[in-house]
This record gives sequence, structure tokens and C-alpha cells, in this order.
Amino acid sequence: MLMKGRAHVYPRAHINTDEIIPARYLTSDDEAELATHAMEDIDAGFVKSVCAGDFVVSSQDFGCGSSREHAVWALRGAGVQAVIADSFARIFFRNAINNGYAAIELPGASEKISSGDELEVDLEKGYIRNVTTSETYAFTPFPPFVVEMLRCGGLLRKIAGAKKG
Amino acid sequence: MTITEKILAAHSGRETVRPGEIVEADIDIFMGHDVTTPPAISMLEEQGIDTVFDRERIVLVPDHFVPNKDIKSAELAKRLREFAHKHAIPHYFEVGRNGVCHAILPEKGFVLPGTTIVCPDSHTCTHGAFGAFSTGIGSTDAAAVLATGKLWFKVPESMLFVVSGTLPEGVYSKDIILSIIADIGVDGALYRAMEFSGPAISALSMEARMTVTNMAIEAGGKSGIIAADEKTDDYLRGRARKAYTPVASDEDAVYVSEHMYDVSALEPLVAVPHLPSNGRPARELAGVRIDQVVIGSCTNGRIEDLRIAADLLEGNVVAPTVRALVIPASTEVWTDAMKEGLFEIFTDAGAAVSLPTCGPCLGGHMGILAKGERCVATTNRNFVGRMGHPESEVYLASPATAAASAIAGSIADPRDYL
Ligand code: SF4
Repeated sequence: MLMKGRAHVYPRAHINTDEIIPARYLTSDDEAELATHAMEDIDAGFVKSVCAGDFVVSSQDFGCGSSREHAVWALRGAGVQAVIADSFARIFFRNAINNGYAAIELPGASEKISSGDELEVDLEKGYIRNVTTSETYAFTPFPPFVVEMLRCGGLLRKIAGAKKG
Repeated sequence: MTITEKILAAHSGRETVRPGEIVEADIDIFMGHDVTTPPAISMLEEQGIDTVFDRERIVLVPDHFVPNKDIKSAELAKRLREFAHKHAIPHYFEVGRNGVCHAILPEKGFVLPGTTIVCPDSHTCTHGAFGAFSTGIGSTDAAAVLATGKLWFKVPESMLFVVSGTLPEGVYSKDIILSIIADIGVDGALYRAMEFSGPAISALSMEARMTVTNMAIEAGGKSGIIAADEKTDDYLRGRARKAYTPVASDEDAVYVSEHMYDVSALEPLVAVPHLPSNGRPARELAGVRIDQVVIGSCTNGRIEDLRIAADLLEGNVVAPTVRALVIPASTEVWTDAMKEGLFEIFTDAGAAVSLPTCGPCLGGHMGILAKGERCVATTNRNFVGRMGHPESEVYLASPATAAASAIAGSIADPRDYL
């Protein structure tokens, strides 16, 4: 499963879910509506500049704070194909995987990658190719449990599949 | 094994578990609120899953945007209520009997030592104060638990925090946890269980312990936990819904790190914007002008917190430039405060008393900040825009520091008002 897109780099650590999707918009859980406010409190221009298939790249502890899965939905709705970060906050990581959405841990990601870089990501083989700089970065491939979740399209589909036998 | 490992092992049918292993654990209690559970309900509907795992073990508490702040939040609350009715869920706490979900759950005796508790809310770590494994999850997780009563976990490594010494006057459990987070940072406990022990923890009331475990997530922790003792039993007497078996860490339990603190010289702290780890002595910030004070939330909105605030406010007045909001965390706290005469103290001092709600804590309603405004709050997060405009500021503190600041009109050390 090869993904291609452009990087939007936010090099700061601890970007929290209140910045990814502010609580004032949590009266909705509609992905398309949430998407119009993605990253609003950290970069008001994000939604205009992001194209379908792009990546968000950040530093440590991305997605810390509240448990709102709305953060994953807002990014996905805005067209972000996957998030690449030095490290993730636990619940954000869980929410991403449970949605069959890739959260890729790559130490030093925000230093290696610049905004606008073209990236190719291979989830199964565990590498990111930076087409712009011709560099390749390896990341630890996901454990089998997680790969299965990504393949099923998330936790609930997996459960519903099991229930139906 | 640690207390956390033992609970997870017992709930996944295993003799032992090791950190890093992925287990599927039985969930004793699922709790849901009006923001993150309605999406889970929609997911269940989409997948055609029409039954819940056990209606007796589901607790639903609208708290974030209730009483409904607008039409959209009314729709959210309605989806939660209709789900409760459809499945005849007995433990649904409607407005008038509700409160912040993390205040309701222990108060109503659902939180028991040795059990597993999940809720799609990051501050679910609060319930670890009772020696339970309790952690925040997402909405998809919530749907999975509602359907199956089980959830996958990576067994966390545990960090041990041994807190000794005696808290000086004017210094509280909020200051302990702010100092620990300042020490280890907002990701100092990422993915890990934070186990708290030591004489200074044992000396805390259950309410004060909940303030400590509540903020484990602010250090990135998966959970916070304190082994049950006599105080836990005393609190649970007459409340516990079931018999329980407390669990404690073994003598030879393995911790990824151990941290020793002595609180004897601790000062009242204030976490300045925009991270909970920015704790600084209140004294150093004296004179920073404020516009609002909020005393409430799942961190510090319990009766003991209100008593502390009332003690300082009694015979004083809130500075004319400040709006002071007191928000009891639950209906029980509200009623107790009323009966004890605390409302009179608050209103005489010029503070407003609100209904139990999360309200302004997450920038929901009932006390939103305008651009450039500053608030001292007893809540747990001071992120950008947390309480309103992205250019407003939240300073985190204990109820005593918040009350002292309300009187001063600027950040103040509560010891000057004792
Ligand atoms: S009081 Fe604040 S932190 Fe606690 S559950 Fe409500 S919104 Fe979250």
C-alpha cells in the first residue's frame, strides 16, 4: 500500500487536540464539517492549503490532550492521508489505528522533512521516500495486530466482521 | 507484577502479563458523555450492531455542553438520551441529577478497587485514585466496548512516584501534581501507568487523591493509580455497588523509573500558558492581572475544593475587575455546598454559582474568555484556546490559589489570605 503526497510540517512538539480541532466545534461529529476547522488554532490557513492525499508531519507527542476522535476525523476529512511524527500521544495513536488511519512514528521526522516535500510512504515495508530530497527513512513497521486493524479498515469493522462470522 | 499489570492480567484471563504485550481485557464499567459517545452510537448503528454488552455496566452522563448550550449540542445530548432509553440503561444521569462524569462515577459507587474502567474522555485516569485501572479511550473504542465489553490494550510500563513529607498550610494535592508534571514534562509519562504512593499520598483524602490521578494524562500517562487503603474503604462504605477485592503491587514489581518527592517545602504553584507543565510559584507571578476565576471541573470541583475556596472568600470580596465562577462538579456536591452555607459565602463575596457542568473548562459555555482575557482556573488544561478565544490565557492552580487570585484581582499566593 503505497501512499503519495505533499508534506505540511509543524515542527513544534505537543500539538494538542484542542489545536487540531478546537472544542468549540465539537457540537458536530460530521467529518466534512469538522474538516473545515482542521488545525484552525495552530494554522488558520491549513484547510485552504491542504490537498487530498497530503501528509501532516510533526514533532513529539502529536495529538496530546483530549480523547476526541474528532481530531482524527478532522484531519482525514481535510484530506490528510496520514500523520508522520517523532512520537504520538497515546489516545491519538489509538484513535488513528482504530479508524484504520496511519499514524507513523519516525524520530526526527520534523527535521528530516520540510513543508512542500513530496513523500512516498510504504506502510507494509516501513519506509518513507522523500522524492524532493531523494532521501529514504525507515520506520519500525507496525506490529501484526495493528496491520490487521489497518487492513480491516478499523476496529469496528473488525468486530462487525467477527460478529457476522 | 505492578497493580496495573495484575488488574490487566486478571481481566484478560492470564496468570501474568508483561509491559508491551497486547491483551484483550474485560471492562467492568463503561462511562460515556455527550460529546464522544454519540459518535460511537452512530458507528454501532452503521455496523448494524443492535445490542449492548451489559446495560448494568454502562453509565451515561451528559456533562460537557449541558444544560444544552445551543441546538447542535441539544441534538448531541438527545442522541445520548435516546440511546439510554432504547437500551433501557438504568444508569443514565439526566440534568438535575448529573455532574461532570468523573465526579459522578466515584460518587455513585461505580469505581471499585481492582476493576477496569474506560470512558471516551482523557480524564478517565481520575478513577485510578481508587486502585482501579482506568483510562481514556476514543469513540471507536467506545463503540467496541459497548458492543463486546472488551477492549485491546498494550500493557503499559509503570513509573513509581513516591511522595513523602507533610504538605505545608496553603499547599494542596493540586500543587503536588503540578510539581510532578513540571518535573517530568507533558510527555514524561507517555504510554505509561503512573503509580503514586508514599506517606504524603496516604495522607490525602479521596477527593484530593482524585485531583492527582486526574492529571496523569497531562504528563501523557495512560493511567494514574493509587492502591486502595482504609480511606478508600471509608469512602466506599455505603456507596460501593458491589463487593470488591483490592489489588496492590508486589514487593518485587518492576518499574521503568522511580521518582522521589518531598512536599514539605512545596509552594502553591500556577501552571502558566500554554502547558500544564509550566508550573511556577504563585508568588513569582504576583501582580499578573486576571479577568476571570473558575473553581470547578473534574480536577477540583468537589466539596472539599469548594470548602477550601469558601474559607478564603469568607469575609472577602472578589476584585471588581474579576468574574469569579464556582461550578460544583456534581448535583451531590451542589446540594452539600448549599446545605453547608457555602453558596451564601460565595454570593456574598460576589462570586457566581453555576449548575454542575464542564462548561468553560473546555471552552464549551458558561464562562468563555474573550480575546486577550486571562483566567485562573482549577481545571487541568491551559492549552491555546482551551477556554475560549485562541488569544486568551488559562492559568492552572488549586482552589485556594484561585480564590486568593479572585480577591486580589491578580495572581496571588493563598498563604497571604489564610
Ligand atoms: S471538567 Fe473539563 S477536563 Fe473534566 S471532563 Fe469536563 S471538560 Fe473534561
